[in-house]
Amino acid sequence: MADYISKLQKLLEEGEFVVCSEMGPPIGADPDFIREKADFLRGYVDAVNITDNQTAIVRMSSIAAAKIAADEGLEMIIQATGRDRNRIGIQSDLLGASALGLRNVLCLTGDHQCFGMDEGAKNVFDLDSVSMLRAARRMVDDGVLLNGKDMDVPPKLFLGGAANPFADPFELHMMKVEKKIEAGMEFIQTQAIYNLEKFDKWMEEMRKRGLHEKCYIMAGILPTKSVKALRMMKKYVAGMDVPDYTIERMDKAEDKKEEGVQMAVDIIKHVRKIEGVRGIHLMPVAWEEITPRVVEEAGLYPRPEVSEI
Amino acid sequence: MIVGKLKDIKEIKDSLPDDIDSLLIAGCGSCVSVSLAGGEREADSLKELLNLYYQSKGKSVSIETETIKRQCDDEFLDELELPVARNQVVLSIACGVGVQHLAINNPGKIILPGLDTTFYGRTSDIGKWEEMCHGCGKCILDQFAGVCPVARCSKSLLNGPCGGSQDGICEVDDSIDCGWQTIYDRAEELGQLENLLDFESPKDWSTYKDGGVRSHKNPEFFQE
Repeated sequence: MADYISKLQKLLEEGEFVVCSEMGPPIGADPDFIREKADFLRGYVDAVNITDNQTAIVRMSSIAAAKIAADEGLEMIIQATGRDRNRIGIQSDLLGASALGLRNVLCLTGDHQCFGMDEGAKNVFDLDSVSMLRAARRMVDDGVLLNGKDMDVPPKLFLGGAANPFADPFELHMMKVEKKIEAGMEFIQTQAIYNLEKFDKWMEEMRKRGLHEKCYIMAGILPTKSVKALRMMKKYVAGMDVPDYTIERMDKAEDKKEEGVQMAVDIIKHVRKIEGVRGIHLMPVAWEEITPRVVEEAGLYPRPEVSEI
Repeated sequence: MIVGKLKDIKEIKDSLPDDIDSLLIAGCGSCVSVSLAGGEREADSLKELLNLYYQSKGKSVSIETETIKRQCDDEFLDELELPVARNQVVLSIACGVGVQHLAINNPGKIILPGLDTTFYGRTSDIGKWEEMCHGCGKCILDQFAGVCPVARCSKSLLNGPCGGSQDGICEVDDSIDCGWQTIYDRAEELGQLENLLDFESPKDWSTYKDGGVRSHKNPEFFQE
């Protein structure tokens, strides 16, 4: 029997079309906040990301929140950004995560602190997403830290990263994806997809370079329930591509929430057919309770049972 | 050069002691003079503004100006000796280096900064300056088509742009060009795109401020 690092890795290797979702920890220290969210996701998703102070807003730490949710029976993906911690802090956290049984990590550069409420904070960015992946890869595979020190017990981590299929220039961003895969990234969660044409083009290029066979690609889906949210994303969220026809569709809809679910389902059905897309990553911002419904409507319920690894 | 920006007049006024009777505004004729912030012209106009302010308050404060070639070097400091001696307070509009060099040479004298030292940059247009270097202590421009990722990427990323780079613009502000777009464009022009695929290990920051306060000697002058 193959040795798996995490349940998520096992599902992907067994060829399941996986469903991931995302959870933002609270601005506060309430563990029940996490437990309640874990409750309605259980059974509907295969793994859940816990963001790491996303948009540079102070929240409960990704690892702590992930541990609380993991104790409720969820498979978790911690997020680690280079914005707030240097190589010492990041490697230390990766060791801690593995020791707590948190076996999936999404390595990210991190949003600039200007997006949050602490614009005057000092940033770090000692490691970028590529060098973080490379460092983690060596820790896991070779049992060696960045400084060359050997570890008695290396961490066990399944390594992921992000990619933005809509960022320009295309070639430059594609180059970065290649570098991440080269560095050791095993799965990708993409930026939220609204522009299917562009996403198809990106996947085509990924296949042309053979990258879809070197790493599992999960398509980012962001269900939304208002025209305002779509317009905001189009205008203010860096790297988001929201076509006008999407905004018009929502604008015309009488039941915005229902339309939001249907739009997400339509995108899921589209990406599911694309060669090389191995799952979806649902990230309904401030609408996390809709996740089960979207999963069901997309025909992705029930989720497969995974035995302990 | 070191680029500077004159402080807001209110901040300057607030920093001056209430019981002030005489003030020397010391300009610097080098870098900050080029960035139109701390030279002779700026010293004179600051003097006029402060004169008006003290007149409106009915206070008698004598203000004089003196601009020397460079405040960060002993060579030109003699010219400031008497003006510094005959004034109660000195407002230096040199960069932070000049202000401190003046203070080191004038113990017991209040030396206040009248300028914010902003960055190491170039004049990119008339009246416009752009950051180009962080003084990291280990130049890597040769690996990035001559464009510094440390200074010109808002996150100092060494392995490519972040997801926030869109159409050549940085996620931090529309007015900032994405440093990685600039690197890419120039590498393409030079036929060096391949270089950008090389993995960059985390940088050794011990040559930067992370290695502690820096100083160095020219061995010609300090033979063992």
